[in-house]
Amino acid sequence: MRGGREVFCGLDFAVSAGTALAVTGRNGAGKTSLLRLIAGLLPAADGKVVLHGGEGELTLAEQAHYLGHRDALKPALTVMENLLFFRDFPGGTMSDPETALNAVGLNAIAHLPAAYLSAGQRRRLSIARLLVLRRPLWLLDEPTAALDAAGQTAFAGLMAHHLAEGGLIVAATHGPLGIPATTLHIGPAIEAVP
Amino acid sequence: MSALAALLRRDIRVALRVGGGALIGMLFFLTVVVLMPFALGPDLALLRRLGPAILWLGAMLASLLTLDRLFLADSEDGSLDLLVMSRTPLELTCATKAVAHWLTAGVPLIVITPALGLLLNLDLLATAAVALTLIAGTPALTFTGMIGAALAVTLHRGGLLLAVIVVPLSIPVLIFGVAASTAAITGPLSFGTPFSILCALSLASFVIGPFAAAACLRQRMD
Repeated sequence: MRGGREVFCGLDFAVSAGTALAVTGRNGAGKTSLLRLIAGLLPAADGKVVLHGGEGELTLAEQAHYLGHRDALKPALTVMENLLFFRDFPGGTMSDPETALNAVGLNAIAHLPAAYLSAGQRRRLSIARLLVLRRPLWLLDEPTAALDAAGQTAFAGLMAHHLAEGGLIVAATHGPLGIPATTLHIGPAIEAVP
Repeated sequence: MSALAALLRRDIRVALRVGGGALIGMLFFLTVVVLMPFALGPDLALLRRLGPAILWLGAMLASLLTLDRLFLADSEDGSLDLLVMSRTPLELTCATKAVAHWLTAGVPLIVITPALGLLLNLDLLATAAVALTLIAGTPALTFTGMIGAALAVTLHRGGLLLAVIVVPLSIPVLIFGVAASTAAITGPLSFGTPFSILCALSLASFVIGPFAAAACLRQRMD
């Protein structure tokens, strides 16, 4: 339910370790709402989301990364300062920020304030957030938006690596993800244009 | 603890850099207090009598000025999602943000108070008394104001609402802050009584503020 309107109902799906789920649907179908619901950022009117085999004492939200439209960057802080906050605050297994910046190709501008980044670079920094802190579930909302072709290929590689380590990915997307994924379609089937 | 330290470090850095709130509050405080003697005229006795009230009013409005961005900025750029999904309890997160706000918006006001006391014809003892009451009272302003700041996130464009909600909560702090300062300067009441109440208000706000703000932020999820 968003703003008193029922967005979707009767959704039932499962994602197992090492696999990805691509959520599709037209604009406004509720892809973002579904991701935010899984992340615990929206209450569900009915039903629940369960993570089997995670760390028992943590909620699902505490074991998930949510990569939304808004990238949580502080323009006044440098790339590295933003990334260190992403690593130190949320909680999880930390890894080396230099390696993460290398993986997304931002290591040369680590000292630059985030205000100077382009849309694609901001997106790359958000992706680096997934890498500096290990959490099993990645919730990605149109992750490849604003990324160039090379960036999309590199990101597909990072996702494949995450899946190979037994991670889960749920991604809302309009285009291909670049990795094998089952598809969940929200809303009415796409009508054929006459 | 390292998570809270990271949050504290980030908020302080954001506040101190270009476009941050620390300088804005201080400049506002400076403006209000500097203009007041011009408005009141060259009556030294009157200035001395009104001095504590002017300083307190200026400090209160200056801290309100930057308070509405406390959670709103994080909500707009999406980092509030990150704060909510953290393994750190939301109450502790709120308390840490309030501490960072006080360090960057409250402490500078207290630091420049002695200089401004000169403009209001306050002697050393009177200025020290006002500064002491500000040290005890401004945390209460931040921690009660935090509740309104969290509500402002829930209700979009709630900037004006913040003033309506927060100002009544801040009135007791203002009353006892000014009362304690005046008592120290002119008497005849003792300084201790209103000052103790002021400290009590601060301590109570430390307990209530973070829980109320966290509850508001959880309600935001709609």
